[in-house]
Amino acid sequence: MTAMAVAIPAPVVEMIGVRRFFPGPPEVQAIREVDLVIGQGEYLSIVGPSGSGKSTLLHLLGLLDNPTDGVYRLDGVDTSSLRERRRAVLRGQRIGFVFQSFHLLDHRTVLENVALSMVYVGVPRKERLARARVALERVGLAHRMEFAPTTLSGGERQRVAIARALVAEPSLLLADEPTGNLDTANAEAILEVFDELHHEGMTLAVITHDDHVSQRAQRQVRIVDGTLQW
Amino acid sequence: MAGGPAVRDLLDEALAGVAARPTRLVLTTLGTVLGIAALVGTLGLGQTAGGQITQRFDLAAATRVVVQPDDKGGQEGEAATQLPWDAPERISRLNGVDAAGTFSALDVGDDLVRSVAGLDGQKDGHALQVLAGSAGLFDAVRATLRTGRLFDAGHDARADRVVVLGKNAANRLGINRVDSQPAVFIGDQAYTVIGILDSVTGRAELLDAVIMPNGTAKVDYDLAAPDALEIRTQVGAAQLIAGQAPVAIDPNNPSALKVDAPPKQGGVRTGVESDLNALFLLLGAVALLVGGLGIANVTLLSVLERISEIGLRRALGAARRHVAAQFLVESVIVGFLGGLLGTAVGVLLTVGVSWGRDWTPILDNRLAVGAPLLGAFIGLVAGTYPAWKASAIEPITALRGT
Repeated sequence: MTAMAVAIPAPVVEMIGVRRFFPGPPEVQAIREVDLVIGQGEYLSIVGPSGSGKSTLLHLLGLLDNPTDGVYRLDGVDTSSLRERRRAVLRGQRIGFVFQSFHLLDHRTVLENVALSMVYVGVPRKERLARARVALERVGLAHRMEFAPTTLSGGERQRVAIARALVAEPSLLLADEPTGNLDTANAEAILEVFDELHHEGMTLAVITHDDHVSQRAQRQVRIVDGTLQW
Repeated sequence: MAGGPAVRDLLDEALAGVAARPTRLVLTTLGTVLGIAALVGTLGLGQTAGGQITQRFDLAAATRVVVQPDDKGGQEGEAATQLPWDAPERISRLNGVDAAGTFSALDVGDDLVRSVAGLDGQKDGHALQVLAGSAGLFDAVRATLRTGRLFDAGHDARADRVVVLGKNAANRLGINRVDSQPAVFIGDQAYTVIGILDSVTGRAELLDAVIMPNGTAKVDYDLAAPDALEIRTQVGAAQLIAGQAPVAIDPNNPSALKVDAPPKQGGVRTGVESDLNALFLLLGAVALLVGGLGIANVTLLSVLERISEIGLRRALGAARRHVAAQFLVESVIVGFLGGLLGTAVGVLLTVGVSWGRDWTPILDNRLAVGAPLLGAFIGLVAGTYPAWKASAIEPITALRGT
């Protein structure tokens, strides 16, 4: 960590000249050259058609993938030099994921699903359950805690996933097509949750192909052919 | 914030993973259950059977040594080997001998044994065996008295005409009390009955016979030498005494004596165990191998099925090793459960067969503890490849799709 990062509050995300190529043949230039800064408390949407490289960008932002080139600082920490183990810890502590297909464990209760996201960052068991309850109340699912995810509606499932992403108190909430599997009403409810989170100061990055979803954000970025357009 | 999950959390996650699919769990453990059950059952029954064989050598048999002249050894013209009269005294000096006495069968010709002489009502008499012994014989065969007393060295030395009756012989002669000093007649010669035997070990014929002191037999029937020497040893000394007895009795020609001693412990046992057990152990090993492959197979299948779960866990901060550990622990749990169940089945099998045969089931504790651990070890080996496979899954691949 640099001395500068201590002196000035660093942006949550700082990408400088990031590129991601997939070796071929043929070589795929998924991300050609991206410079992206997401400040503390910002609500950003990244919109683009399929094949534009937005999934790759999400993976890079979420530390699920390594850039071929360039610098990515998360909370001021340069991630490109980190080893896999350290990256996993950083991922668990700093990033909350919300996926299009929810990715809930069907055999575990809603409460356990939410508590799961604190297992790998070493939160003690009792605290995990208490915090999971608070997070579920926050997304309005206090009455569903002991339910199996399979018995919930799509909107409810996505709210469980949001609670799971929030409960570890991440620096960045990364949502990948969060409304993709939802009907209009449920999608609207999820977007309202995002609005609330934004007002509470959470940093959000929502990746979508849906302009309607994108326009709810404070700032929109378009990605086309692996480059960002402002 | 502290880094990394607690061991307990990883265990919890693995347990939940196993418990999520109970039917599959049961089917997966089946091979291990069968294999461990076969191993435990085979070893348990082997131990039990071995225990029964040694039980058959009860205390009396395990401490009994009999010395006789070797009839086959005497060649034509050579003087037959004879036991000396003082053989009991010679043997008693050996450390480990509790009691010793001679035993001889007497040739009484056609003489019958009667309880009352010359009466018409008892003209027939009984063709009872007549035996002679030294005073130590009774102690050597653990004789117990029903009534009266035994003859001693004094009767022997004086050649007193006294006899001790076996209980069956006494019944046939109609004698059940000795306080009135009843007499029995062998041929025409009267003998005073001084006691009635109730039980003996080893020489059951004593209970059907009339027994007189050696000295008396020498005078009345010209007994030349004892037929056999009965020795009662201390527990565990039988083998030693069997080796020393011929030298002690006949130092010049020990090989002319034949010694009967209980077989060495273990010799019989291993003989019985090995043949049948090799087959069953082999079967058990094959079943275990199949069981291990089954666990590996199902765990691998489960890894492929749970790719999205693996991706999620990685996204939530799990490192590769955490994913690997989870699947490894899951497979160890499956193996351990299989081992536990198999051990239970094996123990029940052992107990069941023992019950059916009136045996005492014997099972080494180490077996009962070790078998489930063996199951866990099989799970560990079987889970290694699937766990490695799971840890190699990239979260990107895993989170893509629905």
